[in-house]
Amino acid sequence: MKAKVHVMLKNGVLDPQGEAVKHALGSLGFQGVEGVRQGKVIELDLADGTSEATVKDMCEKLLANTVIESYSIELS
Amino acid sequence: MRAAVITFPGSNCDRDLAEGFRKAGADVTMVWHKETELPKGIDVIGIPGGFSFGDYLRCGAIAARSPICQAVVKFAQDGGYVLGICNGFQVLCETGLLPGVLMRNATLKFVCRQQVLRVETTQSAFTRGYDGSGEITIPIAHHDGNFSADADLVSRLRGEGRVAFSYVDNPNGSAGDIAGILSENRRVLGMMPHPERAVDAGQGNTDGAAMFQSLMGELQLA
Repeated sequence: MKAKVHVMLKNGVLDPQGEAVKHALGSLGFQGVEGVRQGKVIELDLADGTSEATVKDMCEKLLANTVIESYSIELS
Repeated sequence: MRAAVITFPGSNCDRDLAEGFRKAGADVTMVWHKETELPKGIDVIGIPGGFSFGDYLRCGAIAARSPICQAVVKFAQDGGYVLGICNGFQVLCETGLLPGVLMRNATLKFVCRQQVLRVETTQSAFTRGYDGSGEITIPIAHHDGNFSADADLVSRLRGEGRVAFSYVDNPNGSAGDIAGILSENRRVLGMMPHPERAVDAGQGNTDGAAMFQSLMGELQLA
């Protein structure tokens, strides 16, 4: 089984990289880009039967820094 | 004073930090990250600058979960002294021994220069030697030194006198101009500037020496 973990900066946490991407899009001539937030996707190959609670534990202990980041888990 | 300096894959200031301790008269043991125990009789642990584990995932995140860091956390919780510099500060925040997070510099640029700092408290073993100094100059060299904390945390750190150093002319966007902070028991210090790069006339600056000397003085009395 696979799990996909999306990690994003929480709302309100300034994302200087997202801001830089936004400015670069503007300078390429793309109009109307009102905001860019940059996050990461972590794909996990897991033994069948691994529980969502275990993946959540991985997020809390390592994959996300919950002081500034939020995460969501997609199992497939 | 007996010091341990931790080396992770990607640490690059470990030998400089050891030299900083040695110049103040300390006996230094280098400790590899895979060790699970600290050498016996250690008075202070140094966590050096660099790019532990290539800054993968987040700066300091993997190092903070390495076997030796569990021993470092226990040492700190038992009242031991820990000094984390640059990447070491990032590691300490990731372990939870210090609050806040170091994020990408607001300018998005790596910054490397001599930096003027204000000594905000001399009430710690690390900063007592700066009594009367006011401002000192210590080199900085980092890409992810933007100390991020909400307004409540910044005012709590200020209120409790736990801001050790602040930047004069903030180089990286840090909240409250914060360059270094102390733990609640004032025995864990994390800072982005590099005092170990300012301990010898050959380095062109000796403003960092007082930190190692005051630690030495304090720990010899203990």
